[in-house]
Amino acid sequence: MSIKVVRTKSEFEGQISEETALVDGRDLSAWTPDDELAIVGKDIKRVDGIARVTGRARYTQDLYLPGMLHVRMLRSPYPRARVQRVDASRALALAGVRGVLHRFNAPKAAFRGEETIFREEVRFAGDEVAAIAADSEEAAAEAVRLIDVDYEVLPFVPDLEEAMRDEAVRLEEKGNVSESGKYERGDAKRALAESTTVVEATYRTSTQLHNSLETHGAVASWDGDELTVWESTQHVFGVRAGLQAALKIPYRDIRVLCDYMGGGFGSKGGAGKYSIVAAIFARQLGKPVRCFLTRDEENLAAGNRSATLQQIRIGARGKRIHAIEHLSWSNSGQGRWVADPTGPTNGLYDIPNVRTRSYKVVTSLGALSSFRAPGYVEGTFALDQAIDELADRIGEDPLALRRKHAARQRDPQTGMRYSLKRLLACYDVGAKEIGWRHRGPEGARGSAPYRKRGYGMASQLWGGSGLPPAYATVHLNPDGTAVLRCGTQDIGTGTRTVLAQIVAEELGIDIGDVRVELGDTNSQYAPISAGSLTVASVGPAVRLAGKDARSQLLEAASGLLEVGPSELRVERGAIVSKGRRTPIGEVLGQVDNYTVIGKGSRFPNPEGLSLKTFGAHFAQVEVDVRTGEVFVEHVVAVHDIGRVINPLTAASQVEGGVIQGLGFALGEERIVDRPTGRVVNGNLEGYKIPTVRDVPKITVRFIDDPDTKANNLGAKGLGEPPIIPLPAAVANAVANAIGVRIRTAPITRQRVLEALELQSLQRTRPEAAMRKG
Amino acid sequence: MPKAPPFSGPGAVDVALEVNGDAVTVHVPPHRTLLDTLRETLGLTGAKRVCDEGACGACTVLLDGEPVYSCLTLAVACAGRSVRTVEGLSTDGLHPVQQAFIDHDAFQCGFCTPGQIMSCVALLERNASPTAEDVLRAVSGNLCRCGAYPNIVAAALSAAKKQARR
Repeated sequence: MSIKVVRTKSEFEGQISEETALVDGRDLSAWTPDDELAIVGKDIKRVDGIARVTGRARYTQDLYLPGMLHVRMLRSPYPRARVQRVDASRALALAGVRGVLHRFNAPKAAFRGEETIFREEVRFAGDEVAAIAADSEEAAAEAVRLIDVDYEVLPFVPDLEEAMRDEAVRLEEKGNVSESGKYERGDAKRALAESTTVVEATYRTSTQLHNSLETHGAVASWDGDELTVWESTQHVFGVRAGLQAALKIPYRDIRVLCDYMGGGFGSKGGAGKYSIVAAIFARQLGKPVRCFLTRDEENLAAGNRSATLQQIRIGARGKRIHAIEHLSWSNSGQGRWVADPTGPTNGLYDIPNVRTRSYKVVTSLGALSSFRAPGYVEGTFALDQAIDELADRIGEDPLALRRKHAARQRDPQTGMRYSLKRLLACYDVGAKEIGWRHRGPEGARGSAPYRKRGYGMASQLWGGSGLPPAYATVHLNPDGTAVLRCGTQDIGTGTRTVLAQIVAEELGIDIGDVRVELGDTNSQYAPISAGSLTVASVGPAVRLAGKDARSQLLEAASGLLEVGPSELRVERGAIVSKGRRTPIGEVLGQVDNYTVIGKGSRFPNPEGLSLKTFGAHFAQVEVDVRTGEVFVEHVVAVHDIGRVINPLTAASQVEGGVIQGLGFALGEERIVDRPTGRVVNGNLEGYKIPTVRDVPKITVRFIDDPDTKANNLGAKGLGEPPIIPLPAAVANAVANAIGVRIRTAPITRQRVLEALELQSLQRTRPEAAMRKG
Repeated sequence: MPKAPPFSGPGAVDVALEVNGDAVTVHVPPHRTLLDTLRETLGLTGAKRVCDEGACGACTVLLDGEPVYSCLTLAVACAGRSVRTVEGLSTDGLHPVQQAFIDHDAFQCGFCTPGQIMSCVALLERNASPTAEDVLRAVSGNLCRCGAYPNIVAAALSAAKKQARR
């Protein structure tokens, strides 16, 4: 094999970057729609199912090492303060307490651009002030309460729109607001002026909390100079890089492991302060150390989806969209970056004149982190509602209006042709399944006189092309069973199963004979399990590793069976030659213990093509006009993601995205007490995620047309797409049902009732409505 | 209501109970939860600690056959009683509910799964032919952030049907 340098443009969560990667050997051409595949494309039950249903699956939280110490953090009660003195003497006197770390005694440890874990100036209620290690979690928690700290309390600002004002407390020298994205095509300002109809509206979305069921956490253990960290993470290699930066030790001495993990949804991208604190304590105290966040800490300090304020002006000439201007401000908290809600506006619809600006706003709250389609959920909520508002004004069916701007096979942003775009097919399938023909411009009577029924839909744009670098190795054992080793992780999406399918298909063995080992930095590199990039990044490398193993196996078999390699093939665990089947184990068994090792790498994406995923969600809702409650009755989710490797697990992924989207649309909202700057519902009691009772009928459909230009599988990502259009589709259905639009997510009963009250005032007493509105 | 536990404090006490059919004695302080006792003392980590305040159901186990949140149950209150956890279901192959969860892809990350399964097992033990509404009620106290709910309901109903046929 030969190593080659490749340079490639890659997309990750809406950001395009230039990558340089090494690849090994040559790529395969993609499986075509005509290829008859035995395992890929089939409903295969999860290969780790037994481990997960028996309680045997070992999550990081389940690791209890002999002699292990437990860490609890002291977190700032103030949204902004200077830590002037820390006195831990009362804490250290408590039985079972082994150590304390704070800004006056902790070793330097770089973390996200800062030199230390424990800042002098704490910047949100929940920021780390000190850590205690003790024999038990109970003792650590008790000791935390005994740490005496002097704070100099500083002025703060916890609210997005408050922080944007000129007179707001300045949290950063350059001001709280900074531009984070800009884009233009055509001349939107002029085009809006010449439009025959213009709709102008303001949308707001609330802060959504991930609430992965397994909180963020790590267990660290040293053996001499060698550090092993078990972490609940979406990226073992990211954790390794974070530990190296903080501890200044070579990669040789760091091993990061993540076998099973209990959800991340974007928030578990690298080492956390908890990982570094665990590693420091473990070295200082000579024992394994476990540091897991509590549920409340998780909701203060482990990330969130930014709240947004978005203003849209959209104009039509006749019955076509002529221009759109989209301005967006996101509450990044103390985050150093921000997601861009204008991504869908820039790239989804073929609109000639577009102007977008996005701004990052810092506030005295915990930093955002990626949350399943960061920016795109929020942006689509605004964009696809604005399109419906315009459609209503010009008297056009909203789906018909979208079709005019969705047919083109060129990316409006780059001018490049799409590798494959089946958005119109998504519309056709969705409209049929939901019964779009029943939709009228006024909504309809529901199942009771006080219930109104409506239909709505929205479109989905996302990347999902995957990117290099990603590598895999397949070890084919002498008995014909195989072990796939890959540095990716299965965060619940079914990665283990899908990769086992690809190995089994390419190598020609039964899926039951493949064991998949993930989440170990002693494997070759794989990217973060995020951005809908796992299958499309890792999968093609895995296929090549399977192919390499098969080629070597055939060469070996050719020698052993004394048949030319071209006359041999592998099929269902056997070498087939002229109609004769010899099990692989029998062939390899003729020599002493030889393990075939196949290697594969991810090749670059094709040049000059735009690789995207598309989809559409349709929703049928009823609204109880007495209580304001929204009942989602049916959701149809249609996605165009290229080849579907496993329809069973893919459908689960879509249902999960829809349900998480319902949370965003109807219920989830972090509440911050403005006078104190504290989060008041940072738990599962006050922060309502969907329950089994909130789930509507969900119809999942895939276009399942392999994107043969994308990569050797023809598959693209599916993690993010199914959450993106759901909130906008529901909002449009609610507006259709009740004739008044709720422009703020979540669409709570209170917001529905307020909107209905305003609507009725407008009908009966327009002047009073003006004052109230 | 549980009977008054036969122990005397203060401090840690011996508590004898049955866990997955085995008689065990644990030495625990009176405020120690059943969840922490199962996980840290007995090494049974199937039940998960997620909210630690009875809001999510990930710690659900069966106490004398009834589903309870083990994070809200004190270990001392289990003296003389029988506890079943997900680890105790599959001594002789998979329990029908476990098999149905695999067949219907009723989990993604799997962190809530042991709790969901225990709630379904408890339902099937007291009602051999539950309706969809019965299943919704049985698992409405078990949160799943991945959104596996439709498949969880399908799995419970299918396990009930299979059990009825046997």
